[in-house]
Formats: sequence, structure tokens, C-alpha cells
Amino acid sequence: MEDQKLPCVLIDCIGEKHGVYEEHVEFLKEHFCLITMKEYIENKKILGKKIRAIYMWYHKPVINEELLQSLPNLKIVASSGVGIDHLDLNLLSRYGVKVSNTPFIVSTDTADLGMALMLASSRRLVEGYQMAVSPDTEYFPANWLGDEVSGATLGIIGMGTIGYKVAERAKAFEMKILYHNRKQRNKEEENAVGAIYCKKIDDLLRQSDFVMLAVNLTPQTHKLIGKRELQLMKPTATLINISRGLVVEQDDLVEALQNKVIKAAALDVTYPEPLPRDHPLLKMENVLITPHIGSATKKTRHLMMENMTESIQAALTSLPIPHEVLL
Amino acid sequence: MSFLENLVSKLRGEVRFISDKGTLVSYGLTEASGDQAEKQARATLCQFSAACRGFLWKRSEALPDTYTSSRQNQAEKELSKRVQQPGAEVSAGGRAPAGRKELHAAVGPGTEAAEGNRGCALRVPGNCSGLLPPGAARFICKENIVRKEPLQINSLVVIEAMSEKELPGLLILDIGGTYGVQENIVALLKKHFCLITMKEFLENKKEMSKKIQSVFVSECRPTVDQELLESLPNLKVIGNSGVGVDHLNLKMISNFGVKVTNTPHAVADSTADIGMALMLASARRLVEGSQIAISPHTKYFAVDWLGVEVTRATLGIIGMGRIGYKVAQRARAFEMKILYHNRKQRRKEEEQAVGAHYCEKMEDLLQQSDFVMLVVNLTPENHKMIGKKELGLMKPTATLINIGRGALIDQDALVEALQNNVIRAAALDVTYPEPLPRDHPLLKLNNIIITPHIGTATVQAIQMMAEEAIANMLAVLNGQPIPSEVFPK
Repeated sequence: MEDQKLPCVLIDCIGEKHGVYEEHVEFLKEHFCLITMKEYIENKKILGKKIRAIYMWYHKPVINEELLQSLPNLKIVASSGVGIDHLDLNLLSRYGVKVSNTPFIVSTDTADLGMALMLASSRRLVEGYQMAVSPDTEYFPANWLGDEVSGATLGIIGMGTIGYKVAERAKAFEMKILYHNRKQRNKEEENAVGAIYCKKIDDLLRQSDFVMLAVNLTPQTHKLIGKRELQLMKPTATLINISRGLVVEQDDLVEALQNKVIKAAALDVTYPEPLPRDHPLLKMENVLITPHIGSATKKTRHLMMENMTESIQAALTSLPIPHEVLL
Repeated sequence: MSFLENLVSKLRGEVRFISDKGTLVSYGLTEASGDQAEKQARATLCQFSAACRGFLWKRSEALPDTYTSSRQNQAEKELSKRVQQPGAEVSAGGRAPAGRKELHAAVGPGTEAAEGNRGCALRVPGNCSGLLPPGAARFICKENIVRKEPLQINSLVVIEAMSEKELPGLLILDIGGTYGVQENIVALLKKHFCLITMKEFLENKKEMSKKIQSVFVSECRPTVDQELLESLPNLKVIGNSGVGVDHLNLKMISNFGVKVTNTPHAVADSTADIGMALMLASARRLVEGSQIAISPHTKYFAVDWLGVEVTRATLGIIGMGRIGYKVAQRARAFEMKILYHNRKQRRKEEEQAVGAHYCEKMEDLLQQSDFVMLVVNLTPENHKMIGKKELGLMKPTATLINIGRGALIDQDALVEALQNNVIRAAALDVTYPEPLPRDHPLLKLNNIIITPHIGTATVQAIQMMAEEAIANMLAVLNGQPIPSEVFPK
């Protein structure tokens, strides 16, 4: 099915485990002529020249040099989500292909999930649920306790849009908020959430009851949290990761949790995802893992789709691209 | 660091610290040595002793000058001479000032130190503390001995005299165990009360019944029924740990002239936190997600596995008391639109501070909310306030959260509503009963989260609740204004 007026956009597939959502297709088809990877491969010669954009939904389709060489009219890769660590920006730049992501709309959902993980971990929610529904439960023991979130100290590593939204939420729980960032935020921003800047990450790690990672993954933040950092944390502290699995040196984390160097961890992201089924993190009582659902709400995914559509349209009409990712 | 902590840090060895009011404080020094640290410790101990009007020795050491110069009493000088010999038998006698009990101390190897029921282990005349030299100590005490602790060889013991005033009797269910009060709370209670467990009371009703002036109720235990009230002639107050008192028959208790107090301040933060935790966990399908993350069958994470948003959604709070208001404060930071229903409207400033809109009719709140949170206490009037009709008024995409009491909800109606997707999901910290029978349909649904009534289950809240309960009970017993009394309707 080809409509000559609409620009051709390559997608991986529709539905299935990682494809474009069925509910989104209608909207997309109003703006684009969608070509799946399967269709493209069956008809490379003709379709290759028509494709002007790639709609990259959850890291698919995978982009390599071979693909770029066979798409001479490719103008833009619109990537879903805010993270772009899965893209080779240099390669794309060499082929003159622009890149866009969806930064701000994922922020509130991701901040919400950070708060959800902190609360669930501290109050032992999943354990409690299992007790409440277990066929073996006869009574609720009196001395089964968690730890309070209200009034505790939260250390936010990475005070970008997401980190700041976490701070806004944590403030309402009367938490003391410390943050570490490449550069300090201005005074009004700090005062609005009562956040105290820690130039040295060590200071934040030493004082925090909860350490939340909200950085993006770059060569500088790769394995930012390792054995040394975990040792600096309080033995009563919890590590929460809503950024990328590779920000944490996972083997060091396993060891730290096993030796009670820190109290617990709550991870929306790991490396890889999912973890191998025999990974030690899966068996630990003091670890809460969620399947990378930081932006997994209907509304947000719909907004992401709209965002990406906008970016593609802008690129194809040579207008400034909202949310362009520059090298 | 407090004086005591500072002192402890200078001493080597194990510390057993019983009360900062100084009932029995024992330090173990692992071995005698003449090094600098030891000297420092001794110097600090001298200061400490002056501070609590006690004194201390070390094995074969002369008494510090500060001690001998400040003490006049011959008997004490006598005592001090004798205990310098390891293994000496010492007794301190003499007439104590009027109103004080006489105690004797015997020192000998392999004997035990004891803490009296009121905390006084050794006293010598002249209102000063007794000191046992290293080796061992044995007390012959006219008080009831409730605990014995073996002293280590070379240990230093400082004993402080407690005030003579009799501590009021407090009935608790048990110390430790499945339903009992945990150890650190027991220690807190012991500072102000003479603790009597239910077992001790039942074994010795005659003597104990008159002593009990207060009952500490925690997690609804002990049960306060007519029989108990009849057997406690001097009972003045029931101090409940927690804010809900629906398990107490307020009218009956009032008829006995007994007051009831609760702990509204101590519970507020932790319960509001649990309300937020349940709302977030339900909306983002956290429990389900965690199960997928660790399941042996998981091969990939589906990208179309979605939850619903909390930010900018509409939260309807039913019950805008202390806890409800704290929920509103937290929800506001998530840019939620906040509606509330309450017996009476809050003041304008309070409403504006959290951006809350009053719904005089609960129906309006139910129809507009994405999340409905029950934060009311249970009264005879609001049993089953959420039933089939109310669930039917809610949006099919809405979530019901209950941090009030299980009986506020018609549970059968809830099961039906969840099965038929009349509402999206529910998250309950409370049910009726707790726990639910293991074959209850609520346990089998996949759009529900249940937690085992953990609204105040934090280390911090448990401590604060005990402190608030103690303050309330003491206020009653001392005839002072009562911070949180609960009256029958």
C-alpha cells in the first residue's frame, strides 16, 4: 500500500514484542507511509530510495553502516525516549543524518517511578504484598518494619530535568535533598526544592539515606557507581537507579548487597535487560527490580509518538527540529 | 555525642547500657593497662561520676580525690576501703535517710549483678551511688529482681540511684514474641512505668490488679473487655499506640471512668507515605513488574506493557484529617488535581496551600477522580461507605486506595467491581479481617495490591507512637492537660 503524497518512514514492525503499538498506527499513517523492515528487505532496490526517515521505537530497527549506505535519502532518525546511548552519533553524522529524541515528556513518569521505587523499597511493599497474599500466612507479625521515607536524606546524582522533578516530589515528603551534578543549578532552582549542592560526590554518598541515579549514560558516567562509591554509602542506605544499568558496576553492587555494605537496591534498569535468569541480583531479598518501565504509561508513550512525528516532519521540511540531539 | 556516648567511646570493651537515667550502667574493660587511653578513660569516668553523683573505681586503684573529698559519710569510706581488695565481701549498711530503702551489697567472685524492678540496684546512705569494684558483685535487694546479668571479670560498674517515687503500673500484653511489645519500646516504657505483662497479671491478680493504673494497647492488644476493666480498680487510662480506636468500646470504657488516648501525630507521616506508595505502585504496576523482572520465564521486556500516570491525574481524598492533609501535600508535588470530601470543609488557606477542592457530595469526588483514597477513621456511621453504588460512580479507569480501615469498604462489592472492570484496580493496606481468609476472592485478583497493614510499620513511627502514648498516659496520671484524648460519641 503506497500513498505517494506521504513521506516514507522505516519502522521495525507493528505489534509483537517490541514493535510500534497497534493503537499508534492510525495516527502515524495520517502523516507517513510506513514501511516495515520486512517490506523493505523484500524490496530494497525501490524502497531504499524512498525512505526519508527512521522511526526508532525502543531501539529498533537497529541502525548500522550497511543500512545507512542503502538509504541515500535518509534525513533523520527519530528515537523514542530520552536516552541515546544506543546510537552511534558519529556514524549518523558522517552520513548527514539528524537525530532526535523525546527528552522532556518522559521526565515526570520517570521521576514518579523513582519515587515509587524509593517508597516501595523502604516500606518493603513487595515483601508485604507477598505476605498478605501467601497461602501460608496465618497472622501479620507485630515487629515487621520498614524505614521511613519522610524526613530522610535523598541524594540525587544527576540534577537534569528528571532529577529536578524527583527533587520537587521528594520535598513534599520533607526529605533533606542533596544533589551532585556536572554544574550547580542556580540559587532560585535550588531554593525552590531546598536542594543542597555537593560538589564532591563523596559528600553526597556519605550523608544520604537514599541515593538516586538520574544521569544519562555517557563515557563519564559509565560505571560511575562502583565498589568505592558503595563503600562510602551508609550501611543503612538504598541505591535507586532510574538511569541506565551501565552507570553501576553491577558485580560490585552484588557484592555490596551480599556483604550488607548497603541496605538495599531498587533498579528500573540493569545491564543487560532482562538480566540472565541465573543472575544473583534476581535472588536477593533486598533488591527490587522493575522491567525498565520509567516511561511506561499510555499517555506518555502517545506523547512520545507525537513528538517523534513532529521531529520527522520538521526534518523533512527543513524546519528546526524540536529535540534534536547534537553531537 | 552525649556525655555518656563520649565516655563509652573512650572505654575499651563491651558496654551494656540499660538506662540513661542510670539504673544500671556497666562497662567492661577487657584488660587492665596503664596506657594513655586508660588514663583518659579514668579521668572521664571521674567527671562522669561527679555528674551523676556516683563514683567508680578501677581494680586496685585508689579512689579518685574528687570522690573522697566530696563524701563525708563514714560508711561509704569504709566501703571504699574494703572493695579495693579483689574478691572482698563488702556490705554497706547504716541507716538510710527516711523514706529510702536499705540495700546491701556483697562483693565476691562469680556472683551476679541485678537490676531491681524499679531500677535501683545498690544504694548506700547519703544519697549517692554505690560502686562495685571489678570482679563481681552481688546485691541483696529488697526490690523485686526482674533481671540478672553476669558481670565480667574486670568490669567496672556504675550504679545510680533512682528516685524513690513508685512508678505507676502499666499492663501490656507481652514482651517480645508474636504479639508482644518489642524490646526497645519496652525499655522506653520502663523509664516511666512499672511493666506488668498479661501473664504476670493473670498469675497474681490479687496483688497486680491494684497496681495497674494504665494499659498500653498496641496493634489492638491486649483486648480491653468488660472483665478486664472490672478487675482493674485503679485503672485511669488506656493508651493506644496508633490513631484508630475502632477496636475499643469507648462507651464501655468511659462508664468505668477510664480515659482513652491515641497517637494522631506520630502516625501521620508514615501513613501518608504508604498511601502514596500504594497509589504509585498500583498505577505503575510495580508488583507485577517486579515479578516479571525476576521470573524464570521472562525472556524479554515487552515494550507495550504499560501503567497509568500519576502526575497530573486527579486524586480524590475521602477524609481530610491530619493524614489526609499530608497525602494532599505530597500529591500536590506530583502536580495532581486534588479533590476532597470531609465532614467539614477546611479553611481557605489550608485548601489553597495544597490546591484542594472541596466536594460536599462524595458522589462528585467519585465521578471525577482517577485515584480515590480513603483516609477516614472507622465509626459506626461509615461502615461500608464504599459499596456497589459508590464503585459504580467511579471511573472505569480509576483506582481505589484504602489506608483507613477495611470495614469502610463492602468487600464483596469490591470483588465484583474488580472482576468486572467496573474500576481499574485497588490497593489496600487494610482489610476486614486482617489477614483475610486464605481462600478470599480478593487474594486471587490480579488488579489488586494488598499490604499487611503496614501504615505505621517503620522503626521511626513505632518509636514515636510509643513516645506519644507515654506522654498521653503520664498526662492522665499526673492530672495534666491530655494531648490526645478520645471521647465516645
